[in-house]
Amino acid sequence: MSDDAIPEFGSKAAGGGVGLGSVSLGAGGGRTLAEIAVILLVAVVIIGGLEFLLGWYQVPEYVLPKPSAIAAAFVKELPNVAPHWGYSVVTLLSGFGIGAGIGLLLAAVITQFPFVEKVITPYILILVTTPMLALVPLLILRFGFGYTPRIIAVSLATGPMVMINAATGFRRTDSAKIALARSYGASVLQIFWKIRAPMALPMILVGLMVGGIFGLLTTVGAEMAGGGFGLGNRLTTYSSMIRMPEFFAVILILSGMGILIYVIFFLIGKKWASWET
Amino acid sequence: MTTRLSIRDVGKRYGDVEALKGCSFDIEAGHIVAIVGPSGCGKTTLLWGMSGLHSLTSGEILLDGERITRPRPEIGLVFQEANLLPWRTIGKNIRFPNEVKRTRPDEAWIAHLLARTDLTEFQNRMPRELSGGMQQRAAIVRALALRPEVLLMDEPFGALDAFTREEMNRLVEEIWLENPTTIAFITHSIEEAILLSDRVVVLSARPGRVLSDYPVPFPRPRDHEIMASREVFELTNAIKADIYSQTPASRKAMTA
Ligand SMILES: Nc1ncnc2c1ncn2[C@@H]1O[C@H](COP(=O)(O)OP(=O)(O)OP(=O)(O)O)[C@@H](O)[C@H]1O
Ligand SMILES: [Mg+2]
Repeated sequence: MSDDAIPEFGSKAAGGGVGLGSVSLGAGGGRTLAEIAVILLVAVVIIGGLEFLLGWYQVPEYVLPKPSAIAAAFVKELPNVAPHWGYSVVTLLSGFGIGAGIGLLLAAVITQFPFVEKVITPYILILVTTPMLALVPLLILRFGFGYTPRIIAVSLATGPMVMINAATGFRRTDSAKIALARSYGASVLQIFWKIRAPMALPMILVGLMVGGIFGLLTTVGAEMAGGGFGLGNRLTTYSSMIRMPEFFAVILILSGMGILIYVIFFLIGKKWASWET
Repeated sequence: MTTRLSIRDVGKRYGDVEALKGCSFDIEAGHIVAIVGPSGCGKTTLLWGMSGLHSLTSGEILLDGERITRPRPEIGLVFQEANLLPWRTIGKNIRFPNEVKRTRPDEAWIAHLLARTDLTEFQNRMPRELSGGMQQRAAIVRALALRPEVLLMDEPFGALDAFTREEMNRLVEEIWLENPTTIAFITHSIEEAILLSDRVVVLSARPGRVLSDYPVPFPRPRDHEIMASREVFELTNAIKADIYSQTPASRKAMTA
């Protein structure tokens, strides 16, 4: 066999710092300070350029407000917007929590029964691909204008997405690793927590991240569909009043929330799932 | 001499592939037995049966006279690939068995093993940061850390370079001389088989059964002089001839 192979010490061990590699979660990865500086510079150029061009061509504010106007509106309106921000966060977190919880549980259980999984998967796929936003008018009819229809819609949007990704993760059974645990007398539960779950974690995180973004989308959409509160409601209100700087200030908050969701799961992935390259 | 492991008329099929058929031999307590044979002849299948990881189609394997039907705490297994858990550091991989068994790791013993395998500084590294050979050494430490009464190893040193391999052979020999446990290991290296074992069992081509069974009577530790002796040379050739007789080409030549 490899009797005369050349020793391969150190080669791999020396290279690659710990856990800096990018996770399968996305385009991220390690960035140097210089790269970050360039990214910030680009932002400054774009914002400055917009400010200048919108002023130069005297673009009316109801078409596209200047960045400075948006910033001013953001600061001025923040006290009025903040409660709505809170309502949206409540909707998103509850819907996401319920949906992701059920999705994870279903994925963990169903992957243990291949037949059940085969039968259920097409239906889950339909749930993933159907925009749950479409159900909101119906849910409002049934549950009124409160949190309930929104939270249901958000959990319907996140749950199946989390489930389908987590199921993919749980299905990646490495029989040798399971055999290893079994050889030490591991119980079914130990095999789940010590082998299956960590092996599925990278896929679970992908599901949670995409599900989170889906949830944000559905939150805003459901809030736009009815009920007098939430950031989505602010969007419809401001646009009907042609208060464009305030409108864009809310958009800014929403994209901030989206980025936050991405960053949170990216960081979790980097910490706990960076073993998979 | 008492028999520790008894393999009795073992057969195993995977669908229509017959991996083992009528395979029988005994392993004495405190002996080291090497299992060799052509690739794909069912060696791994046999070892998994001995470790209680999978069921047999026919026959039985006994540990101290008792039929093995599931993994037994007395038996430790080293897999053909390192089979480390990639999400755990080397140190946590080595203590994984203790975690599963809810026992306290023998830290002094582990420290000794890590030092002997040159892995002391790598405890906090992830497996992917180690070379293949280092990973395999960590897997061996993981198995030895529990001090199993019966150690089964599937080509434990196959991934190692010649120098490290010899080093590891010496480690196993030394540990065994201190405390002669029962060891069965699969190898592709006849030299390694003779260096370590009391007996070399040669399996036939698939479906695997015992083709020949050679005692290895040389005194231990087997230094280079012994390994270079005429007797070792002759034994090596006999085993080689047996294995070559099982390769497709020679079998065709024999039936032609
Ligand atoms: N899980 C499995 N499912 C189906 N066939 C299998 C399985 N495991 C092994 N086999 C088949 O059984 C035969 C024996 O396999 P085994 O792994 O025991 O051989 P081996 O002697 O260990 O080979 P090697 O020296 O290459 O490791 C092979 O033909 C293989 O294809
Ligand atoms: Mg094998």
